[in-house]
Amino acid sequence: MNILHVLGEYFSYQFVWFALIVGVLIALCSSLFGVVLVLKRFSFIGDGLSHVAFGALAIATVVGITDNMLIVLPVTVVCAILLLKTGQNTKIKGDAAIAMVSAGALALGYLIMSLFSSSGNIAGDVCSTLFGSFSIITLARYEVALCIVLSVVVIALFVLLYNRIFSVTFDESFARASGTNSSLYNLLIAVITAVIIVLAMNLVGSLLISALLIFPSLSAMRIARTFRTVVIFSAIISTVCAVLGIFAAILLSTPVGPTVVASDIIAFLICYVVGKIRA
Amino acid sequence: MAQIKCADLTLAYEGHIVCEHLDFEIDKGDYVCIVGDNGSGKSTLMKALLSLKAPAKGSISFSDDLLSRDIGYLPQQSEAQKDFPASVEEVVISGCVSSLKNRFFMGKAERLEAMQNMKMMGIYHLAKESYRNLSGGQQQRVLLARALCAAKSVLILDEPVSGLDPKAAADMYGLIHHLNKHTGTTIIMVTHDIENSLRDASKVLKMGKNPEFFTSVEAYRKAFIDGGEAK
Repeated sequence: MNILHVLGEYFSYQFVWFALIVGVLIALCSSLFGVVLVLKRFSFIGDGLSHVAFGALAIATVVGITDNMLIVLPVTVVCAILLLKTGQNTKIKGDAAIAMVSAGALALGYLIMSLFSSSGNIAGDVCSTLFGSFSIITLARYEVALCIVLSVVVIALFVLLYNRIFSVTFDESFARASGTNSSLYNLLIAVITAVIIVLAMNLVGSLLISALLIFPSLSAMRIARTFRTVVIFSAIISTVCAVLGIFAAILLSTPVGPTVVASDIIAFLICYVVGKIRA
Repeated sequence: MAQIKCADLTLAYEGHIVCEHLDFEIDKGDYVCIVGDNGSGKSTLMKALLSLKAPAKGSISFSDDLLSRDIGYLPQQSEAQKDFPASVEEVVISGCVSSLKNRFFMGKAERLEAMQNMKMMGIYHLAKESYRNLSGGQQQRVLLARALCAAKSVLILDEPVSGLDPKAAADMYGLIHHLNKHTGTTIIMVTHDIENSLRDASKVLKMGKNPEFFTSVEAYRKAFIDGGEAK
C-alpha cells in the first residue's frame, strides 16, 4: 500500500510522466537496434559514439547554446558515419580508430568543461552527463515531443525495413551480391544508432548508453532462437527493465540511469540461467 | 551464344595485378571449377562476376536473357554467422529480399519459393530449427536454398565443402550435381578440393599469373595431374 501511495504521489507530477514516456521509448528503440549492433559486431561503435556525444555536449555547454541538441546530434551523426567508414577500411584497424575517438572525445570533453565552464559545480555537471542526472530527470515539453517523434521514426524504419535489415545483418556479402545496397543500410544503422545515443543521454548519461543497447539483446539471445523472437524479447525485456528501473529509482531515491542499467543486468542474469537450464 | 563471356580480363587486388589476359566463355548448363593457389585471383574473379567489383581491364558480358541479378551466390561462412540466432526459414527466405523491389514485407509468393527450395535441399523438416544448432553440412544446405531463392540460372559457389566431413561433402556435391543436371543451373565453383569436385565438372579454369581455361576435365588432367606440376 505504502509503495503504491508513494508512486501515486509522484505520478501526479507531469515531469515524472515525461520521464517514464521518454524512458520507455528510448528503451524500445535501443533494444531493437541493439540486436543489429550486437550481431553485426558493431557494439563498440555504440560505445565510441556515446563518448563522442559527451565531448560534443561539453562543447555545446561551453559555447552556451540554449539547445544542446543542435550541436550534439549533428556531431554524433557525422562521427557515426566516419567510424563506419574506417571500420570498412582494411588498412586502418576499425577497433583502434574507435578506441582512439572514444577516449579522445572523453578527455577533450572534460578538459573543455574544466577550462571554460562558468558553472560552480563542474564535477557535478560532468558526473550527471556521464551517468545521467542524480534524481528523476526533468524534461521540457519540446524535448519530450522531439523524443516521441524521433522514436516513432526509428521504430517505423525498423519495422518497414525488417527483411532488408535481417539480410544485411546475417550476410552482407550475399545481400550485396543479390542487389541490396548494403552500404546504404549500414549508413542508416549508424545514423540511427547516433540518434538513439543522443536521445538516451538524457536518461542514462553517456557512459551507460551501451548497456541499454547491448544488454537487452544479449539477454534475448540467451532464451530465443530465431531472429524474430530475439527482437521481440529484446524489446519486451528492455521496456520492462526501463519501467521497473524508473520505479525503483523513485522509491529508493537512486540515480535513474544506473538503476535502469542494474535492472538490465539482473534481467541478463535471469535469462542466462534460464538459457543454461533449457540447454 | 555464351551465357557469360570474359574477354581479356585483368584482375587486381589492392592495386596488385593478380591475373592477366583471362579469356573464357561459359555456356548455359556448364559446371565450371575455378582452381588455383591462394592469391591467384579466384575471389576477385568471383566478385567481378557478381558485379561487386569492376575488373581492372577487359570486359565481362552476359547473354541477353541473363541479368546480373539472376546469379545466385553461396559465400563462405563467417565466424559471426555460425552462432547467429535465426531459424532456417528466416535465413532461406532472406534470399527473396531482392525480389521485394519496392515492397516492404514478404508475401505468399516468397514463402512458397522458400518452402520449395527447402524441400529441394532436404531441409524442410528443419524449417523452425535454429541455424546455429545445425551441423556444418546442414548449414551449407540452408545457404544453398537461400541462394536458389535469389536466382536459379547461375550459381556461384565459394568453396562449398570447406570444413565439411567427407560424408557431408559428398552430399553437397550430390545436391550441386542434381541442380546442374535437373534444373539446368550453370555452376561456377571455386574449390581447393580438386579431386572430388572435378568428378562432375565440365570445364576447368586454372587461375594464376597465366590463367588457362580447359573446356574439358580430361584436358586439365593431362596438363596438371598426369605428369603435370601437381603430383
